Amino acid sequence: MSIAVQTPRHWKKPPLIKRAWLRWTLGLGVALYLALALGTTEINWHRVWEGLPRGAQFIKAFFPPDFTSRWDEIVEGINESLWMTVVSTVVGIALSIPVGIGAAKNIAPAPVYYFCRAILSISRSFQEVILAIFFVKLFGFGPFAGFVTLSFATIGFYGKLLAEDIEDMDAGQAEAVRATGASWLQWINFGVQPQVMPRMIGLGLYRLDINFRESAVVGIVGGGGIGATLNTAFDRYEFDSAAAIVLIIIAIVMLVEYSSSYIRRWVQ
Amino acid sequence: MTIAPITEPKVWQRRNRKLQLAIWAAWLVATALFVYCFQLISEKTIWAFVVDAPEQAADLGARMVPPDWKYIHMLWRPLWDTLNIATVGTLISIVLAVPVAYCAARNTTPSVTIVRPIALFIIVSTRSINSLIWALMLVTIVGPGVFAGIISIGIRSVGFCAKLLYEAIEEIDESQVEAVRATGASAAQTTLYGIVPQIMPAFAGISVFRWDINIRESTVLGLVGAGGIGLELNAAITQLYWTQVSLILLLIIGAVILGELVSAKIRHAII
Repeated sequence: MSIAVQTPRHWKKPPLIKRAWLRWTLGLGVALYLALALGTTEINWHRVWEGLPRGAQFIKAFFPPDFTSRWDEIVEGINESLWMTVVSTVVGIALSIPVGIGAAKNIAPAPVYYFCRAILSISRSFQEVILAIFFVKLFGFGPFAGFVTLSFATIGFYGKLLAEDIEDMDAGQAEAVRATGASWLQWINFGVQPQVMPRMIGLGLYRLDINFRESAVVGIVGGGGIGATLNTAFDRYEFDSAAAIVLIIIAIVMLVEYSSSYIRRWVQ
Repeated sequence: MTIAPITEPKVWQRRNRKLQLAIWAAWLVATALFVYCFQLISEKTIWAFVVDAPEQAADLGARMVPPDWKYIHMLWRPLWDTLNIATVGTLISIVLAVPVAYCAARNTTPSVTIVRPIALFIIVSTRSINSLIWALMLVTIVGPGVFAGIISIGIRSVGFCAKLLYEAIEEIDESQVEAVRATGASAAQTTLYGIVPQIMPAFAGISVFRWDINIRESTVLGLVGAGGIGLELNAAITQLYWTQVSLILLLIIGAVILGELVSAKIRHAII
């Protein structure tokens, strides 16, 4: 009796994309796109090379940054940013609750649903900065325009997540409340709200964090806040003051992030 | 023995008194803070402009229709640049994010005391500065143009990608890694065969998700001179060509929605 000689088998790692043709088409497509993209991008290497010493100067400005010479402007900018952050988060969330409830497919009638979804997608398609340009045009320079911008952006973010959360809720609990003869408001308050609340508090704090970060940007187009101060510092080539502002922004964002994660753990 | 009958029926309460008071106090503090901040803002506001806003909005709206479709041939090139800024920027950020995430994850970092805090600091600092601010800095350093945009998107996204990626690495199934290690694999082989296959889907998902966000962000980089469709938007706004502005806005919405659809499709296919 002879034993069939088995050729040694070699294990090969299975590829991420199983279909071979798809793998090759994707690879080729990516290569082609990259060639096209890099080929058509105009980069002025001469200018980049020239700018490197300036970049080094900027990095050097961080050691040490100059907090003192523009301190008053910095404090004012940071204060404005903080006010804007608080007010716009509160107003934005307050406005996004009706929109979010309206945009939940399982509790809103179809016309309301489409209307609210439209509001959400408009608010989400535009970057805060584009919105800010228009609101500055409408409301004049200053923190009010920034506040309106951030509130509007908050509606898109918070409303969408609220709607998704309501759509994912346990329908049984809501129905149980309704079966007791509760009115619509009572139904929302006791059947729906407790289910979405813990996550929504966390997301509210997250949005506070985002709003502070964005409040640094709306100032660049005239919406008040620390962004205006930062923009001025760059325009004057005062890199050491700019470095100070950047460091302050990082510090505040870190502070907000840590405290919000702490509160979130406490709530849940 | 007499039993005192409860004459008044107990009223159902949602929470006990202490918790209710605490919640009430939190509301009070929050409301006070809100009112205080709003007052400070309102001091800096010229209310005449705000009252005037609806009229201004109507006026602006009237000037923006109809969009100037003849202008569209000028926009394909900036739109292509915007797409390139987003895509190439995302690629750069992924390449940078992988080592950072590897160093930041508790289970793969070479040293918890030195390397991990540095990696975490890189993640926080790149994430907290908006891409527009990065662009503002880079435009003064490397000059205006697409290159500044690509780099700023790249730097901004490192923190985001690295954060999600290191969380994914920390959540992997350790027993698979141990199984690979038990075969006598080297450290590099353990990473390659034990960790990489586990995080690959998350990795692809994160990249596509960030790409989608970056398309949105790269549309505005031009406002500070970093190339793309924002340059055209800025030019149209400063020259008060409102019909062109509305066309650009339509194009931006189209691009953003398209990007979102593509990214949702890809993520759906992966997960």
